[in-house]
Amino acid sequence: MRQEIRISGFGGQGVILAGFLLGKAFSLYQDLETVMTQAYGPEARGGASSSSIVVADYPIAYPFVQKADVLIALSQEGYTRYRGETKPEATIIIDEGLVTPKPEDQPLRIPATKLAEGLGRRIVANVVILGYFCAISDIVSREAVEEAIRTSVKPKTLSLNLEAFEAGFAYAKIEERNS
Amino acid sequence: MVQPLLVEEHPLDGLIRADRMPHIWCPGCGIGIVMRCYAQAIINSGIDIEKHVVVSGIGCSGRVAGYMNIDSYHTTHGRGIPFAVGLKLANPELCVTVFSGDGDLAAIGGNHLIHAARRNIDITVICANNFNYGMTGGQMGPTTPYGALSTTSVYGCPEHPFNLVNLLAAAGANFVSRWTTIHVRQVIDDVLYAFNKPGFSFIEVLAPCPIGFGKSNDLEQGVDETLLYRERCVHEPDTALDKLGIDLREDQPIYVGRFVDREAPAYQPIRLEVEK
Amino acid sequence: MTSSHILTGRYFMNGDHACAEGAIAAGCRFFGGYPITPSTEIAEHLSSRMPQIGGVYIQMEDEMGSMATVLGASAAGARAMTATSGPGFSLMMENIGLAAMMEIPCLVVNVQRGSPSTGLPTLPGQADVMQARWGSHGDYGVVAYAPWSPQEFFDLTVHSFNVADRYRIPVLLLADEVVGHMVERVEIPEADKIPHWGRKRPIGSKKEFKPFEAIDDDLVPPLAHAGEGYRLHFTGLTHDERGYPDMSADTHQVLVSRLVEKINRNPKDLIRTETFHLEGARIVVIAFGSTARSARRAVRVARERGLPVGFLRLISIWPFPEQLIRELAQDVDAFVMAEMNLGQMIREVERHVEQPVLGVNHAGGAMLAPEPILEAIEKVANNGSTSSR
Repeated sequence: MRQEIRISGFGGQGVILAGFLLGKAFSLYQDLETVMTQAYGPEARGGASSSSIVVADYPIAYPFVQKADVLIALSQEGYTRYRGETKPEATIIIDEGLVTPKPEDQPLRIPATKLAEGLGRRIVANVVILGYFCAISDIVSREAVEEAIRTSVKPKTLSLNLEAFEAGFAYAKIEERNS
Repeated sequence: MVQPLLVEEHPLDGLIRADRMPHIWCPGCGIGIVMRCYAQAIINSGIDIEKHVVVSGIGCSGRVAGYMNIDSYHTTHGRGIPFAVGLKLANPELCVTVFSGDGDLAAIGGNHLIHAARRNIDITVICANNFNYGMTGGQMGPTTPYGALSTTSVYGCPEHPFNLVNLLAAAGANFVSRWTTIHVRQVIDDVLYAFNKPGFSFIEVLAPCPIGFGKSNDLEQGVDETLLYRERCVHEPDTALDKLGIDLREDQPIYVGRFVDREAPAYQPIRLEVEK
Repeated sequence: MTSSHILTGRYFMNGDHACAEGAIAAGCRFFGGYPITPSTEIAEHLSSRMPQIGGVYIQMEDEMGSMATVLGASAAGARAMTATSGPGFSLMMENIGLAAMMEIPCLVVNVQRGSPSTGLPTLPGQADVMQARWGSHGDYGVVAYAPWSPQEFFDLTVHSFNVADRYRIPVLLLADEVVGHMVERVEIPEADKIPHWGRKRPIGSKKEFKPFEAIDDDLVPPLAHAGEGYRLHFTGLTHDERGYPDMSADTHQVLVSRLVEKINRNPKDLIRTETFHLEGARIVVIAFGSTARSARRAVRVARERGLPVGFLRLISIWPFPEQLIRELAQDVDAFVMAEMNLGQMIREVERHVEQPVLGVNHAGGAMLAPEPILEAIEKVANNGSTSSR
């Protein structure tokens, strides 16, 4: 098993933190081999931001995403830029309030930023969408991500982050029931 | 007929590496006098000699680190001060002195000089200023007066020199003084004072360099420059700092004295409560 | 060393932070440096950690000052380090030479970026490896390591301090931007599981002690610190066993030869390599640092395709493991050297073997990918040389 996951958005949306939390969950709490990288090059300018996770059940040699199995896009630019670097069968998740997909695309959609605003802080949209991904993915453990959140975020934002994670997770489950 | 006075011991025997004598300094050079003052201050300090460390860069003054019989580090061009900073911060019990020349400290080491003064690190810097690069044969340097002759300013130095006292005062040193090699007592007193003064101390001592500087600038003998000090030195510590520039060739006063003596806190590395 | 300062545990950590924690675990209590991408996270982390553990973080005015202050701190007895990248590494060369000449231990970390000059500040390179070997003027032995993961960045930081202290040398740790910035699992061992080789310290009379007299077979003189009562003299000038300047060709020959020979004489402590798939290999791929990760994948894929290829990873790049290379050369038909520069370490391989050595090179700016290495392997395998013997 080797999965390549990219999270993209613009600066300030916390895509690096989301990648770190996911990577930490895999690495420390699911004992999977995990590498997280982030774009530091000129492409990281102009507000665009992305983080990448490679997770595998064997030692990871090459650490970068080449063709993503999962693309989580929190901005139009993040979607447009990285959509081409995904596998044909890739799982695409977008913040439906911020990303308009190509007509031929049928991505999974969640109003992550809107749900985050409902919790009082749009800044936790990253964790909302992480919760959603956790619910629809069969390789991410909910307990592992929650533990990563508990051991990483500042204590005063912990409950907000856990709520955000729960909101994203629940949204997926409601969707599942309705479909 | 005068009888030579024979003595068994020199007062500085323990502090000078006798097996390194004779030194390399030219007849008439002033650096030895400054070293003598530093050594006397060490004796007078009452601080354990084992805790005194001298660091120097390159040049004639830099050789002091090789002649003093204390822990001594003769480093590379201009890097004496940052080396000394490392010694002091790693072992604050050490009494660390940088002894070097004007070229080493103010040109190639100039950035370290001003930043160590800005941080107000608790070291003492003794700068023997002879207005040129002496060891390499008398080239112009950062203190060479405008128009002065040297082997690299054969038409007269086209640059303006540093006023070191003003520079160090502006950079933030806690203590700045200037004397010459005729002010032996004052130099000893100020070095001693600087040992015990928290923060960065800078003592500039004008020193004749008859071979490197004097011979090209009508000061052919060491004594010529010494006599000039006696004629021109003015002890007016209240003189405005920007008036303290020096030009030995002009008939102008050479201001000497303690120009800065303030109590700004010395640099301390940040220490948090050590968790157990 | 207070063990409570060592953050024993499992972390998801980037390479730069792992290096910083490795330094603390090794007992480093002095960092003097100048922030520069992509090594800045080392300075940032130590600026936060040193005040917690009674250590010193000082941000110097430039890299020449950084190197000098690290030497001063080490001369006073502290384990001391700095961290930089290409432009700063160039400036440090001056006093790296002083460290070699004064035999003052220290660690210099270079998180390599695209070069020359300002180059590519945020992107990787491996083009400083020859500068690491020959960068300061003159002859002196060099020890340099290249980690391929954050965990190894931690481990080699500890090891580098040990080697520096044991051999009284500056040790160079040549990471690259990929390893510095990537985040992986890092396991920090219990304090008593962290190897510690101390400095060789003087014994006997302080008065008779000669700070540059190498009595032992390893050619390393004991090291005395400032303030201990030895009345030391250290100089960058050529010096005799007392440390006194001696401007003679004979003294120079003895001193400089020893600085080179003390490294050459002790390969077991210094050289580190790792090999994969060497059984039956007719082709050996050689790589170091982050490029070794791509090389490893390329070799794995090539093996799956039935090609007789093995892999040698250089962990120490200096000293170069020439003995091992010569041994491998007994049994293989060709070598492939992959590196993120336009052909530096390949010269070292070529010096020691008669077989063809194919370089896979990239000027830097992006990690060398597995594909061109695989292509090189296939090219070498298909040109017939592998079946001719």
